Amino acid sequence: MILGIDVGGTHTDAVLIENLHVKRKTKVPTDEKNLLNSLLAVTTDLLKDEQLEKLERVVLSTTLSTNAIVQKKTDRVGMILISGPGLPPSLLPVQKDSVHIRGYSNHRGAEMAAIDPGEVVEASRRFREKEIQQIGVVGKFSTRNPKQEGTVRDLLEGSFQHVSMGHRLSGHLNFPRRIATTYLNESIWRRYNTFISQIQGFVRDQGINVPIYILKADGGTFDIEHSREFPVQTILSGPAASIMGILSMARCRRDAVALDIGGTTTDIALFADGVPLLEPFGVTIEGHKTLIRGLKTRSIGLGGDSRISVTDGGLQIGPVREGPAYACGGPCPTPTDAMIVLGLTGIGDASLARKAMEDVGRQMGMGIEDAARAVHEETCRIISAAVTSMIEEVNNKPVYTIHEMLEGKKLVPKTLFVVGGPAEPIAPRLAELLGIPAQIPEHAEVANAIGAALARTTAEMTLLADTEQRILTIAEDGYQESIPARFTKADAIRIGQDRLREKVKGMGAREEDLEIEVIEDMEFNMVKQFYTTGKNIRVKVQVKPGLIAGFAAGGKP
Amino acid sequence: MTKKPRKTGLIFFPAFDWAISPTHPEREERLLYTQDQVFEEGLLDFENIIEFKPGMATVEDINRAHICVPDARSVITESHLISAGGAITAADKVLRKEVDNAFALVRPPGHHAMLVVHGARGFCNINIEAVMVEYIRKHYGIRKVAIVDTDCHHGDGTQDIYWNDPDTLCISIHQDGRTLYPGTGFQEEMGGPNALGYTINIPLPPRTSDEGFLYTLENAILPILDDFQPELIINSAGQDNHYSDPITNMRFSARGYALLNDRLSPDIAVLEGGYSIEKALPYVNMGIILAMAGLDYDSVREPDFNAESLRQSDELTRKIERDVAEIRKLWKNRYSFKKKMVGDSRYARRQKGIYYDTDGISEHQEETVRICEDCGGLVLIDSQADTGNRIYAVIIPRHACPTCRREGEEFYGKIPVQQYSHVYLQDRDKDNFQVKSR
Repeated sequence: MILGIDVGGTHTDAVLIENLHVKRKTKVPTDEKNLLNSLLAVTTDLLKDEQLEKLERVVLSTTLSTNAIVQKKTDRVGMILISGPGLPPSLLPVQKDSVHIRGYSNHRGAEMAAIDPGEVVEASRRFREKEIQQIGVVGKFSTRNPKQEGTVRDLLEGSFQHVSMGHRLSGHLNFPRRIATTYLNESIWRRYNTFISQIQGFVRDQGINVPIYILKADGGTFDIEHSREFPVQTILSGPAASIMGILSMARCRRDAVALDIGGTTTDIALFADGVPLLEPFGVTIEGHKTLIRGLKTRSIGLGGDSRISVTDGGLQIGPVREGPAYACGGPCPTPTDAMIVLGLTGIGDASLARKAMEDVGRQMGMGIEDAARAVHEETCRIISAAVTSMIEEVNNKPVYTIHEMLEGKKLVPKTLFVVGGPAEPIAPRLAELLGIPAQIPEHAEVANAIGAALARTTAEMTLLADTEQRILTIAEDGYQESIPARFTKADAIRIGQDRLREKVKGMGAREEDLEIEVIEDMEFNMVKQFYTTGKNIRVKVQVKPGLIAGFAAGGKP
Repeated sequence: MTKKPRKTGLIFFPAFDWAISPTHPEREERLLYTQDQVFEEGLLDFENIIEFKPGMATVEDINRAHICVPDARSVITESHLISAGGAITAADKVLRKEVDNAFALVRPPGHHAMLVVHGARGFCNINIEAVMVEYIRKHYGIRKVAIVDTDCHHGDGTQDIYWNDPDTLCISIHQDGRTLYPGTGFQEEMGGPNALGYTINIPLPPRTSDEGFLYTLENAILPILDDFQPELIINSAGQDNHYSDPITNMRFSARGYALLNDRLSPDIAVLEGGYSIEKALPYVNMGIILAMAGLDYDSVREPDFNAESLRQSDELTRKIERDVAEIRKLWKNRYSFKKKMVGDSRYARRQKGIYYDTDGISEHQEETVRICEDCGGLVLIDSQADTGNRIYAVIIPRHACPTCRREGEEFYGKIPVQQYSHVYLQDRDKDNFQVKSR
């Protein structure tokens, strides 16, 4: 049995899965003040009369990190930045407690300027004076050579509660994003760790003694102990849970679109051959552009409860939600009222819905039914236009090789999955507009919890082998080793696969879920004065987001 | 420094799977570290820097700028279509006002490719700027264009293509041709009889530093552009004037390149040469992008930059000052040379020997231009290469006068095809390209 729980902003969903089937499901309002209360409510409900010894794992998706950032319940962080030449500090996402120190490693990881320990000691003194306990250390190109970040961290040893180093959080290049990511990781570190300790205590108190996993933004999981160092990986896991849930119910192996239509917003996600698309650089939260690998979603301000207004005879739907639909006691006309008038859904008070559409119709000079049709059509049109533009954007993504330019894959969705309150009334018309058949998966109301329950452990690893300098660097591990001049791309791939396998196992992955793939493998001759001096080999391996074995094989919950 | 940010389009196509040969400077690795730097600095996250996927140029686009022997398909690869297509995408984005300016950071380069193309020279097969300019003229009706070539090598291909076109001002600033490939680009090369003065060459002595480049920009290039009043300024942005470039001898820096682009303020920049791929390109490209986007580039600096060691000598400064004064004088008096040069002749003729170093081909060419007061003049080319190909080309210029058009059409009809492998008609005015062969 697997217990999957999604602590969302409004509701906490939970499912108990046994033998690839949803055995029980439940939904309670989230107690924002004390998330443990919500956890207690759902676990009590699902696990009563169950044999706890049959439980294999608990997977949790929580808004804790997201909320801490959104609500600014964050700690002050002292940032030590090794910026070198390039962008001026004014163009970097720096917080007020930031210190720029000397030092620089270039694109190949060669140290061009050394760290001055005096500057670090001075920065450390100033941070302690301000009673700052959390520190982030970030260097430009630190993923190419993590040494300087390590040197600074060693100099700070013992003086602060916790220190995060940029290169550990992502292997991707992007110094400003590395700064933002490191800052966020440290700013929620204390709060997150307190919460994790509470969860572990809570689970023990329930008499449960199985591995606990936390869902990440990329729709993958990691072991709860492992998550303590990387709280920022858990931001935006809510949308990821929902997408993984759709994936599990849809058994989809093809290109597809997934829509989660809520009251206020509609979230769009895309699948390529059944694998959810990831943000190329990283997710954005509250204006912070990060390097956190996350599922690519687009949110538009249009849902079943969006406010409808008429200006100059034209319909304006959303982005504001004033309350529920007029038919359900809300203050203004909404798309849901239109769906009720058109007989597409049976909820609410039909006479109130007619009243709302009469109001809209009067302003547009048309009858009740025509107004409802116009609203419904406009709602579907806006959503389908957003889907189309997102697909176009993906298909116009720049590529850097002639091969990809000529042969690159184009995303052509074959199925439209729709979940959320207004899914049934909206799906048929959307399918027509997009020219893709629509499908509404089972158990859609607890998709998030199912997604959490079934997600596999994921990770990626970035390798750079420089056979001229004879160094292999693995950014995320802060690892470097000497390599022979004859080192090849195949060697790099093998080492990457082996080390990633070990790493993911350490993060809690089961042997049967280790589907490792190579997502980048490039090799360049390095030439000096017309002679080849070595090779620059770049390899990225990952366990891609997906479902745990069994479900991936097509099992249906 | 406070500046107004501009919306800059970036067309980045490093062609990671294409090289002339494995150890050739024009190889897969060339833009690798530039990509690293652009990604690491997070430039693509700026709201006013927008990356676009390049389009593919077509054979029609190439035939508007070149006479390819025997045809366009046989002198190019897909990479050339993408590289020229990248330049065209840059132009489209600017002219449709989606962005304020654009930088096509593409390879392979093109500025050594001449009007007639028998093969590759100076790593270039087709002239991507010229293909772009002719595309712009066809699709956007723009007439006056200035191309400022800041590559360290003389932009001899671009010069050749626009030699007889008074609507295209070609300014090339480069290392003195007596010391560097292709060995041309002297002040006296000023354009064909009907376009005298609209080709401007500014050779600079080896070891010229930022100071000399910027002096030339301020005192020659900018004032001349001001007089010419182009509708569009294009920068052939070679990056081999850099002090670390392995095949040239100049002392320009990344910050110098940024300053140059800031002041020149091109509508479109197109990458040309530049082979210090590790020590220069990442920083130079960073500087150019920031400058074009109106962002602060003051902190852009090579990690090993040392201003003192790169200073140019006082003697060199004085030489540049004298040369710049001479260029200004030539420009001012450009209308007075024609009479002296052509007298009463109806046609002007020049012989050219062209060597295709990359492909090892030699070409001999005779170019005949009709002296005309009303248009750029009809151009007739007889070209023979040691590949065995001998061709004849009739080029009717844009905005051709009735006489040049009539004569051109007559020539094309009359030229006996037995003598040549191919006879071409490039009617730039009517966008008509025809070939006849035996």
